[in-house]
Amino acid sequence: MGILSSSIARKVAMALSGFFLVFFLGQHFVINLTSVIAPDTFNSWSHFMGTNGLVQGLLQPVLIFGVVFHFVMGIALEIKNTKARKIKYTLYKGSANASWASRNMIVSGLVILAFLGLHFYDFWIPEMIHKYIETNPEDPTRYLAETVHKFESPVRVGIYIVAFVLLCLHLWHGFSSSFQSVGLNNVYTKALHVFTKVYAVAIPLGFVFIALYHHFNQLDH
Amino acid sequence: MNLTLKIWRQKDAKSKGKMVSYEVTEISDDMSFLEMMDVLNEQLINKNGDPVAFDHDCREGICGMCSMFINGEAHGPGRGVTTCQLHMRMFKDGDTITIEPFRAKAFPIIKDLVVNRMAFDRIQQSGGYISVNTSGNTQDANAIPISKQAADTAMDAATCIGCGACVATCKNSSAMLFVGAKVSQYALLPQGQVEAGERVLNMVEQMDKEGFGNCTNTGACEIECPKGISLENIARLNREYLKASV
Repeated sequence: MGILSSSIARKVAMALSGFFLVFFLGQHFVINLTSVIAPDTFNSWSHFMGTNGLVQGLLQPVLIFGVVFHFVMGIALEIKNTKARKIKYTLYKGSANASWASRNMIVSGLVILAFLGLHFYDFWIPEMIHKYIETNPEDPTRYLAETVHKFESPVRVGIYIVAFVLLCLHLWHGFSSSFQSVGLNNVYTKALHVFTKVYAVAIPLGFVFIALYHHFNQLDH
Repeated sequence: MNLTLKIWRQKDAKSKGKMVSYEVTEISDDMSFLEMMDVLNEQLINKNGDPVAFDHDCREGICGMCSMFINGEAHGPGRGVTTCQLHMRMFKDGDTITIEPFRAKAFPIIKDLVVNRMAFDRIQQSGGYISVNTSGNTQDANAIPISKQAADTAMDAATCIGCGACVATCKNSSAMLFVGAKVSQYALLPQGQVEAGERVLNMVEQMDKEGFGNCTNTGACEIECPKGISLENIARLNREYLKASV
């Protein structure tokens, strides 16, 4: 894999793509939060994100590349790591020295990947059809109603909540771990850990709140 | 105390191994784990059985030979100890203890609990040294100013005994704590900085060739390391590698 042939290069690449996705998650959350506190802003920002040439033509492909790279590399590393121990231990007390979240990144990652499939089915694919196949005229006011309608189903909301819990666990280890991977372990590490743990809980919890808010406020919109 | 031991038995490198149960009697609380293994082997020999092969040398926690995975942890349930420093008072009469070799593709089993850890030697040979002119013009090391902090941190890294507990306990069988310690102990000192770039690239390349897994920062290695080698060494390894690569 050329530049990614060494174990440390792959580790750094995972961390950098992780940082990018963490940043994206933050901005996604901020936009989603406006659907609760400022619906007009939500419509306006969603319209901008969905129609701006730079966002659609450059940022969206970069984001898709980042997501695909992160999970393909994650799965490739998991396969390599599994092969590094051909015969498994009869008794292995993983919980004695490492957290569940750190030992099961592949589990939380695959759940998030499955959720992304549902999320694309719910929002991205209909949006692409609406804009580029049906070529409907632009309507800057449609986004909020479409979003709120998606959270009508309690099953869908339940699936979203499960996915956000796993996202929380993935971020709990992954975000702070990324700093270690790029070589940052110094006097600021404790403060960084606090920040990453707060982020890991607050952002998924915020997404859960938004999903529940829209589920219970269907008639208000 | 009397114990039931479930031990991995494997005739040689090519044979297929299996867990075998043994009853061992008359074990004192004050014995070390290796002394308990000695008693087991005496009892097996007295019954014309095949004694269990296991690595050991200094029996004072410095050689790093006693590589046993006891009850699901490298060197057993104690913290900051090797197997020879683990005492039987950590167990209770009637306990069942599971004993396995350190498992990793890069640490092939030679017999029973004895594994080949020469992968570590090859990593060391690829760069874990400094080149010193011994022609008679060698500079006195004490004449080179080194800060107390750098000297202490380098010494902390140098306490790694290369036992392989980090590899054994890591869910990925990664050797990055070992390599991080070896790279750090030189990178922190002026004598080691001359060859720092070449060293880290060569050692990481050799580490990858040996078939160790990739570090995912679970931190298990730091917890199980008998010498308390810190994860900071892995971060420094990553930094040194990036610096040498860019």
